[in-house]
Amino acid sequence: MSNSKVAIDVRGASRVFKAPGQEPVAALDNVSVSIKENEFFTLLGPSGCGKTTLLRLIAGFDFPTDGQIMLYGEDIAVLPPYKRPVNTVFQSYALFPHMTVAQNIGFGLEMQGKPKAEIDARVAEMLKLVRMEPMKDRKTSQISGGQQQRVALARALAPKPKVLLLDEPLSALDYKLRKDMQIELKRLQTETGITFIFVTHDQEEALTMSDRIAVMSKGKILQVGSPHDIYDRPAVRFVADFIGETNFLSGAVKSSAKGNSKVKLECGPEIAASSDDGVKSQGNVTVVIRPEHSNLCAAKQGQLKGVLENAVYFGTDTHYHVKLEDGTHFMVRQQNEGGAQKAFAIGALVGIAIDEGTARILRD
Amino acid sequence: MADLSKTMDLKRQAGFGTIAVICLIILYAPIIVLMLFSFNSGSQITKFEGLGLSWYASAFQNQEFYSATKNTLIISFTATIFSTIAAVLAAIGTTRVKPWPGMSWAFMIINLPLMVPEIITAVATLSFFALIAGAFGLNFGIGNIIIAHTVFCIPFAYMPIKARLEDMDLTLENAASDLYATPWQAFKRITLPLLMPGIASGTALAFIVSFDDFTITQLVAGPGQTTLPLFIWNQIRKPMTPEINAISTILLMVSILFISVSFLIARSRKT
Amino acid sequence: MMDAPLSPAAQVAAENDKAVSRRSRLLSLPALFIVFVFGVLPLVLICIYSFLKPYQNGGVVWQFSTDAYLNFLFQRDIFDDTLQFAPDFLIIYGRSIWYALFTTVVCLLLGFPTAYFMATRPPEQRNWWVLLITIPFWSNLLVRTVAIMFIIRDEGLINDMLIYFHVIDKPITMLYTDFAIILGLLYSFLPFMVLPLYSSLEKMDFRLVEAGYDLYASRWQVLRRIIIPLAKPGIVAGSLLVFIPALGAYVPPLILGGGRHLMIGDLIAQQFGSGRNWPLGSAQALILMAAVLVALYFYSRNEAGPVKHG
Repeated sequence: MSNSKVAIDVRGASRVFKAPGQEPVAALDNVSVSIKENEFFTLLGPSGCGKTTLLRLIAGFDFPTDGQIMLYGEDIAVLPPYKRPVNTVFQSYALFPHMTVAQNIGFGLEMQGKPKAEIDARVAEMLKLVRMEPMKDRKTSQISGGQQQRVALARALAPKPKVLLLDEPLSALDYKLRKDMQIELKRLQTETGITFIFVTHDQEEALTMSDRIAVMSKGKILQVGSPHDIYDRPAVRFVADFIGETNFLSGAVKSSAKGNSKVKLECGPEIAASSDDGVKSQGNVTVVIRPEHSNLCAAKQGQLKGVLENAVYFGTDTHYHVKLEDGTHFMVRQQNEGGAQKAFAIGALVGIAIDEGTARILRD
Repeated sequence: MADLSKTMDLKRQAGFGTIAVICLIILYAPIIVLMLFSFNSGSQITKFEGLGLSWYASAFQNQEFYSATKNTLIISFTATIFSTIAAVLAAIGTTRVKPWPGMSWAFMIINLPLMVPEIITAVATLSFFALIAGAFGLNFGIGNIIIAHTVFCIPFAYMPIKARLEDMDLTLENAASDLYATPWQAFKRITLPLLMPGIASGTALAFIVSFDDFTITQLVAGPGQTTLPLFIWNQIRKPMTPEINAISTILLMVSILFISVSFLIARSRKT
Repeated sequence: MMDAPLSPAAQVAAENDKAVSRRSRLLSLPALFIVFVFGVLPLVLICIYSFLKPYQNGGVVWQFSTDAYLNFLFQRDIFDDTLQFAPDFLIIYGRSIWYALFTTVVCLLLGFPTAYFMATRPPEQRNWWVLLITIPFWSNLLVRTVAIMFIIRDEGLINDMLIYFHVIDKPITMLYTDFAIILGLLYSFLPFMVLPLYSSLEKMDFRLVEAGYDLYASRWQVLRRIIIPLAKPGIVAGSLLVFIPALGAYVPPLILGGGRHLMIGDLIAQQFGSGRNWPLGSAQALILMAAVLVALYFYSRNEAGPVKHG
C-alpha cells in the first residue's frame, strides 16, 4: 500500500453495558486500531469477542461509552448513522421486501436527494458491477440467497461511501458460493478502491481475503497484522491457537539478544526461538511451532524426540501425533510425496526436526 | 396400505375428526338455515315454499331499514377511522421502545374494553352520557354512540397493528438509517408501508366490531338512532316476516366479507 | 449513579432516548385519552352510583346510601322495616355461574377434539379450518342468536321437521327454556374455545407424542398424559375466554330466555331500564366485575399471557 492515509482511527473505544443490579459487561474494552484507506481490513474472532460491536460503533448503531471513532480525522461517534458516509452490508442482508432490486439499490441515493437521472445511471452501473441486470425489477423475495447478497452489496456501494462495513456477509451461503463470493468481494474492493472492513469468525476467509487482520477476543484486539504476520508470528496464545493448528511447548529462557533467544524446553532440548524485536524474553515462556514447520525423522537426528501415537492420512498430507518425553503432544504435518516414503511405525521412537527460524516465543 | 397409514398416523385420535365436523355443523347450521329461508318465496318464516328474492326486494323498500343502515354506516365508519388512527399512534408508541414510565398501565387501559363484560361497559357509558347531558346539557346525539364505539374499537384495531410491528425486522430500519434516511424518512418509506397489512387488518376488525354491536348501542342509543342490529331487535318483537331473514343475511354477508378479507391479508404477509 | 462522566456519544444517545420516550408517550396519548375519559371514568362513575340513592324516573339522587348493596341480599319488610334475606338476586347470580360453567365444560369437550383435529391437518388445510371457525367468531352475535331462535321455536324448523315425520304431534317447547339459553351460550362461545386451543396445539411439538408411543403408551394414555398437559395454556385461555363473557352474557338470555330465566346481564340492564334503580344496577355490575376479576386473577397466576378476544 503506497498511500497510508488513515480512514478509520479507533482510539481507546469501549462499550460497557450496565444492567441494573448486575456487574458491568464490557463488550469492547479500550480498543484502538488504525484502518488505512483502500485497505481490505478484517476483524476476526469467535462469537462474543466484540467484532460486531466494533462494527456497529463505526456504523453508528451503537455508541462508545468511552473513546473516539475518527473518520478521516473527524470524530463521528456523536453522529447518527444517516449522517455518516459509511455503509453496511448486513448479515441478514436486510433488503427492503416491498421494493424491487433496482429500488433497493437506489434507496441510499434517493435519501441523499440525488436527481432521478443520476440515480438511474448509478443503479445501472451497480447492477452491472454485481451482475444482477436481468433481475432489476424483481422483488427481493423472489431471488436466491446469493443474489440477495449481491444486491445488498450493490445497495451499500451505490452511494459511494468512504468505508464499507461487512458483517459476516457470507455466513449464510453454502461452501461453493462462499468461495466464489470471496473472490468477488476482493475484486470489488480493488476495483472500487473503497476501504472494506470485514467481520468474520472464519479464519480461512480472513487469511485469504485480507490485507490486514485484527484478531479479537473478549472485547480486546490481541494482534493486528498481515495474514503472514498473524500466521507465522502470533504474539499471544489465543492468536496462535485460533488461527490454524499450533504446537505449544513450555520452557525457560537461557539467553536472549535482539529478538533471538535460546530456550530450554521442558521436554528436553534447547532450541532457538525468535520474538518481537525489542521484546526482551526472560523467565518461563511458551514456544509455538506450526505443524508444517516440522518433519519426522530418525530419533537420533531430531531436535525433539518422542513416541509416534497416531498417523492420520489426509490425502494431500499426513498428520503425525507424537507424544514427547515430558508427555506433551506434538503434531507434525508432512506433505505426502508420491511413491515410496519413509514409513514410521506406530509406537516407535521418532525424531522431530524443526525448520530453522520458525519457532516463536509468545508474549503471554 | 390405506389401513396401515391410518393406524400408523401418530397424530390421529379416535372420533376427533367426527367431533370437529359436528362442531362445524353446529356453528353453521343456524346461519345456513337463516340464509336459506331468506330466499323463501312464501310468507312463512320457517316454512319453505320456493325460491325467490322477493324478501330482499321488500327489505330494500323498507324505509326503516334504510334509515338504520345509514346510521350504522355513519357510526361505524367514523368510529373506525378515529379508533384506527388512535390505535396506530398508540401501537407505535408502545412497541419496540424502551419501556417508559407507566407503559404497562397504558397497555392495560387500552385493552380495558376487552376485559370488561359488555353489559357493564354499556350501563357505565349510559350513566356517563346521562350525567353529561344532565349536568352540562351536552348531548352529542349520534356522536354519543360514535364515541362509545370508538372506545371499544381501539383495542381491536390496536392488536393486529402491534403484532405486525413486533414481527417486523428491526434491521430494516437500521438499514434505512445506514442509507441516509432520517428517522421520519425511514418511517414513511419503510415502516409504514410494511405496517399496512396490520393496519388493514385492524381497520377491518374495528369496522366489524362496530357494525355488529348490539348491547352497548342498545343502551346508549336514543330515539331515531337505530342501527341495523337494533332494527333487527325491534323486528323480532313484532310479528315477523321473512324480510328479517333477508336483512339478517345481508348483515352476515357484510361480516363474512370483512373477515375473509382481513384473514387473507393477514395470511399473505406470512409468505 | 454513574461513576465516570459520560462520553459525548453516550450523552447524545441519552438525549435521544429521552426524546424517543417523550414522543412515545405523546403518540399513545390520543388512545389513552379516549379510553380513559370514555371508558375508565364511566366505570368509576357507576362505582360511585352504587353508593347513591335511586331517582324515581331513572338516574340518581346524590345522597350516600348503601341500600343498593343491601338490596342485593336483603329486602326491607314494608310492615316492620326489618331486613329479610331475599335470595332472588343470588339465585340469578348462581344460575349465571352455573350456566357459564356448564357452557365452558361443554365447549371444552367439543372444542378440544376439534382444535386437535385442526392442528393435525396438513398446513394448507389448516388455514381453511381456521377461516371456517373464525367466520362465526366474528359474525353478528344478534343475528346468530336470532337464527337459533328461528330454529327452536314452536313453529320453528326442528319442530316442523319432527311433526312432518310424525315423530311427535305437538311441538316441543324449546324456546324460552334453560336449554335454549345454554344452547345459545354454547353457540356463541364455541369459537372462543376452539381458537386459543388451536393456537396452543398448533405449536405443540409432536415429537413428544412420538416419544410417548415409542414408550408403549396407548392413544388414550398419550392423550391424557402428554397432549393435554402440554395444551394446558390453551385450555386455560379458552376456558377463561368462554367463562368470563358467558357470565356477563346479555344477548343469548335476552333473545332465547324471554325474560323468564334471567342472567346477570339482563338483570343489570333491567335496573337501568324498567327497574329504574341505577344504584342497584351499578352495585350488581360491580359484583359481576368482582367475579370477573377473581377469574382473571387465577388466570394471571397461570402465567398464560394477556387475555385477547381475537
